[in-house]
Amino acid sequence: MQNDILFEAKNCACKFGHGKKVVKAVDDVTFDIKDGEIVSLVGGSGCGKSVLAKMMLGLHHPTSGAFTYKGEPITDYQVHWREVQAVFQDPFSCFNQFFTIRSQLKSAFGIYKEKPSNFEMEDRVDQALLAVNVKPSEVEGKYPFELSGGQMQRMLLARIFVLRPKVLIADEPTSMVDACVRANILDYLMKLKEELSMTIVFITHDIGLAYYVSDRLFIMHKGKIIEQGAPDDVTQRPKSEHTVQLLEDIPEIHKEWIKR
Amino acid sequence: MKLLKNLLKSPMFVIGALLFLSTLLIALLGPVFYKVTMERVGAQYGAPTAQFLLGLDDLGRDYVSLLLRGLRSSLFVGLLAGVIATTIGTLVGIYGGFRGGVVDDVLNMLTNLFVVIPSFVVLILISASFKEGRSLTLIGVIIGMTTWTWSARAVRAQSAALKSKDHISLAKLNGDSTLRVLLVHILPYIFSYVFMVFILQVSSGILSEAAISMIGLGPLDTVSLGTILNQAKNTGALGDGIWWAFIPATVVITLLVFALYLINTSMEGVFNPRLRK
Amino acid sequence: MAIFEVDKLSLHYLTRFGQKIHAVTDVSFSMEQGEILGIAGESGCGKSTLVNGLMGLFIPPLYPTSGDVRVGGESLMGRTPEDVRASVLSRKVSMIPQGAFNALNPTRKVKDIAADVMAAHLKGVDKKQIYERLKDRFDLFGMDTKRVLNSHPIQLTAGERQRSVIGISTLLNPQMVIADEPTSALDVTTQKVVIKMIFDLLEKGIFSTMIFITHELPLLRHVANNIAIMYAGEIVEKGTAEQVVFDPRHPYTKALMGAMLSAEPGQKHRKPTAIEGAPPNLANAITGCRFAERCPSVCAECKQKKQEIRIVGERQVRCDYAK
Repeated sequence: MQNDILFEAKNCACKFGHGKKVVKAVDDVTFDIKDGEIVSLVGGSGCGKSVLAKMMLGLHHPTSGAFTYKGEPITDYQVHWREVQAVFQDPFSCFNQFFTIRSQLKSAFGIYKEKPSNFEMEDRVDQALLAVNVKPSEVEGKYPFELSGGQMQRMLLARIFVLRPKVLIADEPTSMVDACVRANILDYLMKLKEELSMTIVFITHDIGLAYYVSDRLFIMHKGKIIEQGAPDDVTQRPKSEHTVQLLEDIPEIHKEWIKR
Repeated sequence: MKLLKNLLKSPMFVIGALLFLSTLLIALLGPVFYKVTMERVGAQYGAPTAQFLLGLDDLGRDYVSLLLRGLRSSLFVGLLAGVIATTIGTLVGIYGGFRGGVVDDVLNMLTNLFVVIPSFVVLILISASFKEGRSLTLIGVIIGMTTWTWSARAVRAQSAALKSKDHISLAKLNGDSTLRVLLVHILPYIFSYVFMVFILQVSSGILSEAAISMIGLGPLDTVSLGTILNQAKNTGALGDGIWWAFIPATVVITLLVFALYLINTSMEGVFNPRLRK
Repeated sequence: MAIFEVDKLSLHYLTRFGQKIHAVTDVSFSMEQGEILGIAGESGCGKSTLVNGLMGLFIPPLYPTSGDVRVGGESLMGRTPEDVRASVLSRKVSMIPQGAFNALNPTRKVKDIAADVMAAHLKGVDKKQIYERLKDRFDLFGMDTKRVLNSHPIQLTAGERQRSVIGISTLLNPQMVIADEPTSALDVTTQKVVIKMIFDLLEKGIFSTMIFITHELPLLRHVANNIAIMYAGEIVEKGTAEQVVFDPRHPYTKALMGAMLSAEPGQKHRKPTAIEGAPPNLANAITGCRFAERCPSVCAECKQKKQEIRIVGERQVRCDYAK
């Protein structure tokens, strides 16, 4: 069943506000996302990439155009969220600070109609923690503020290992962590793709990261997808000026960046 | 725990809390150490003596006994009104702020309606319509039902600010019901505000009861600080210079409300990091 | 002559339970006029603590353990934060903080924030003069001066906010600037704009010497002349930018470079390698090399013996086995 189309958008837009103050966060985008691929949405802050991600999650709704998941509009979110899950940018703001991390990982099972047995739930949380290289004893009884940023980002990913959804929307999971943890997180994303054949939508402002992880790149600018294609095509033969700009803006060690 | 530590560092809070706790202790334990009696023990408006420290009232009853009884009634009415108002207000506010859109607009309109209608007038009208059986509990319930708008407004703003936070998005992705999101993922974050509003609602309940009793619409089944003042007013004690008929009761109400306000303002300083400096 | 000297500086935090956390240990370096020193390392390696120490700002629970910091030969140790603020900060050493959002008071306009900062340092200068000076300086950067100065921080873009912060903190022409991750909250395009502005300031001679702190080694390659790598509170390698980036000698620097990614052609299948494990707990006394637990070329000896700085291939390396 490879290459089935999961998400499909035709002339989709998402606007906020009324009257003169309308902001077109997503403006007339047309794309599809196939089963099993990693697609990166790349663009600067405010380009609409996060809104598009929330549309895929069903947390924002398109104001015009057709947006479908597996050929049908998203209506029942409880069902949708069994298949489409997310990790966000700031792991500290993602967890409720009043409960232990373990209990919150376990509460992810709430999305299922019938929860597995308590034993199975505990076991799956343990397995998920091990999958992100954290010993279950390390986080036992711990609250979110007791862990470091890198560990918390892993906890968000552990939640995905617990749920094993079909699609993961990763909204800038690497922008608040340093280079070491970043490499780690990318490793786990690859592991999710390889071991659980997950489809991943990776959102980032760094085209360098996107190039490394993805099968296809979407470049976004001012709400529009201005370029899409295979990473090598986009980075080596960019068609739009904005893509050239994005590529030039990354400080690469071997390349002239800014003249002094 | 850290919060409590910070609170205890604030002298305002310590004074307020001690004051409030001591009134509470006096109201609860006073009758154990002092023989409270509602019987006639002397002449009408007998002056303070060594036996009856604060003198006697219109019916020759001991004022210390009356104040002890009245303090208990006032605290009861204040807490009852506070609990009712805070509960209604929190529910309306938290739900409206979280849902947004039409639901929020309707709830907001309802809140504004209650703000615009002077609640004290409503209180008077309702109390006046109960000729019989106007009990202390009834008055507390009426006060609670008419003053919840404060809580609703304070909580609504907080809830609206929280609803776009990531942990709420994630809770939705966990399949949490709206009720669970409200109770587990929003309420704990705004609990300090709810508690602060509760303190204010209690003090406003005490003041409202005193005011409504003062004009003669108070409870018929018991003595409250308000009814003591009402009696003093009706019998013209004020004009006759019988100070023990109204000054002690006024001082007790003032101290009680002052204590609650001290607690509230000091908590604001600790809970709100912007004011912490 | 060195304008900024750090001599065996060690700093610690005192926790509520009286435990000492040695966040910075035995850091020494000196800077010449015109030098740009980059300091890099993982989060929690002591970079930000070091910044406070370098400015002599010892606000509890941070305390100096030993060592000295000298600006133009004048020691910053043993002085009160007020004294340091009044006589050193902004004039001699100025800091560009990490998150521009937190640095700016949201309820005030940019020009008022700037005026407040200036008023604290310049006695007897009226507001009009400060506004004039501010306007001239912001014009110099080619910013939309009128709009930016009259805006509240929330009305500006992240890049404008960060550039305003830089403009304000360099208004008194400090000799030296310490920039603590000034671009890590920004996207790549805005990051470049901010770096361009910093270079512009250097070129115009507004300041000449800078310490730039970040966890992005590729960025440092373009910004700094010299790079120092920090691990668990110690400097483990220090050399020129080219030496450290293209020819790292300390195992930690090598691992750090391995974790970097790039969009360079043909690199797609190169796997970045994360460094497994975690840095040691700095509350405990550490006898051997601090990186030993995670080092790929660890040996029995370096787990026991404290590593000292030595010169390898014309740069400083804190590893007895580096070649």
